[in-house]
Amino acid sequence: MAKVPIKVKVNGVEHAAEVEPRMLLVHLIRETLRLTGTHIGCDTSHCGACTVGMDGRAIKSCTASAVQADGRDITPVEGLEENGKLHPLQDGFFQEHGLQCGYCTPGMLMTGYAFLKVNTNPTDDEIRHAISGNLCRCTGYVNIVKAYQYAAQKLREGGA
Amino acid sequence: MIPRTFEYFSPRTLPEALSLLQKLGSEAKLLSGGQSLIPMMKLRLVSPQYIVDINRIPDLDYITESNGQLTIGALTREHEVETSELVRSKFPILADTAKVIADPLVRSQATVCGNLAHGDPANDHPATMLALGATVVATGPKGRREIKIEDFFPGLFTTALETEEILTEIRIPLPPPQSGGAYLKLERKVGDFATAGVAAQITLDGSGICQRAGVGLTNVGLTPIKAKKAEAFLVGQTLDDATIKQAAELAASESQPMDDIRGSADYKRDLVRVLAARALGRARVRAKGGA
Repeated sequence: MAKVPIKVKVNGVEHAAEVEPRMLLVHLIRETLRLTGTHIGCDTSHCGACTVGMDGRAIKSCTASAVQADGRDITPVEGLEENGKLHPLQDGFFQEHGLQCGYCTPGMLMTGYAFLKVNTNPTDDEIRHAISGNLCRCTGYVNIVKAYQYAAQKLREGGA
Repeated sequence: MIPRTFEYFSPRTLPEALSLLQKLGSEAKLLSGGQSLIPMMKLRLVSPQYIVDINRIPDLDYITESNGQLTIGALTREHEVETSELVRSKFPILADTAKVIADPLVRSQATVCGNLAHGDPANDHPATMLALGATVVATGPKGRREIKIEDFFPGLFTTALETEEILTEIRIPLPPPQSGGAYLKLERKVGDFATAGVAAQITLDGSGICQRAGVGLTNVGLTPIKAKKAEAFLVGQTLDDATIKQAAELAASESQPMDDIRGSADYKRDLVRVLAARALGRARVRAKGGA
């Protein structure tokens, strides 16, 4: 089947690629661009481990094709750290022990990244709703909620 | 899991999309939010030869109020409906519905029109649109036609759309004063389809008598179900607890659930009764100005 040329901006960098239309966005990110921070969990749209930002919104990259990302702005988890400094969300997961095995973490971070941009002062309940599409099988979510709150506070204080 | 190969088209205008559908015929499938279609293609439950991606067609993403109706465009995402002030203030039943569909990540992409056009009786918007008396606009090579939502779901995974048509808009009449509605769904976990769901929309007069009633049922039959007996019973009645109880029993009798992993048919029928009573109760509160 004919390949389709696409141009995607990933973490601010333009990439050109020729992809089969059936290639999933997560495979473009992991296999073509070799950004393996984004995980594939269930591969059935349930777990959210593959969450990335697309034009500012958190989406499941296992449930979008790479051709759909043509001309769009994609933010995988590698985009959070800046100049060797962790993003407040990443710092929050570290400080509050928001992970055990870490498999869900890239997705949790990218959901949080989009969420905290629109809700800068969330309640715990709002956070729990926001992460309802991201499954964690280790922590019971309590420390993840704390990590979000930690990040929200740091971001409000301007400590990005 | 990777879909079978397909040829990809990304039209930039509606006429271009329509002529593609005409040319490619029944082997073509329309891609909007893709949150049902892509998982089905990955599981190879469907393997279309051609994908016509309508996401790059401008001006199909809107929620507006005009001429006494709410209109929702083909590319309006669930997230937009969930967060729309217009929807929250005038159609709380629609906000109820959007926020229990799948999960927030899926709702970033999933569209309201796609939720209808997929024809899945487990989807949530059909029941709500039945309760609201919505109309959908199908655009085809010969122009546009309106289809009443109650005529839109003739069978399982089947809609009244022709292969060459695109569902371009949903139109919902603005409810008169003293109207209220609610959508309630029981799901085993976030992201699951409904074990059962009930949408109820009512209009009261000054003395609390029901002037209009719409009741829709989710995932308790081969198609979304309009609970016509419950609706007919409610009109002209004082909407007290006894009336609600009786209407809920009628709605349950109109459901046609089957045993499956989500529960037995008897359990689901009883669930419809319970959810219908609660949805009507909440609709009554909202009709009287409450939340």
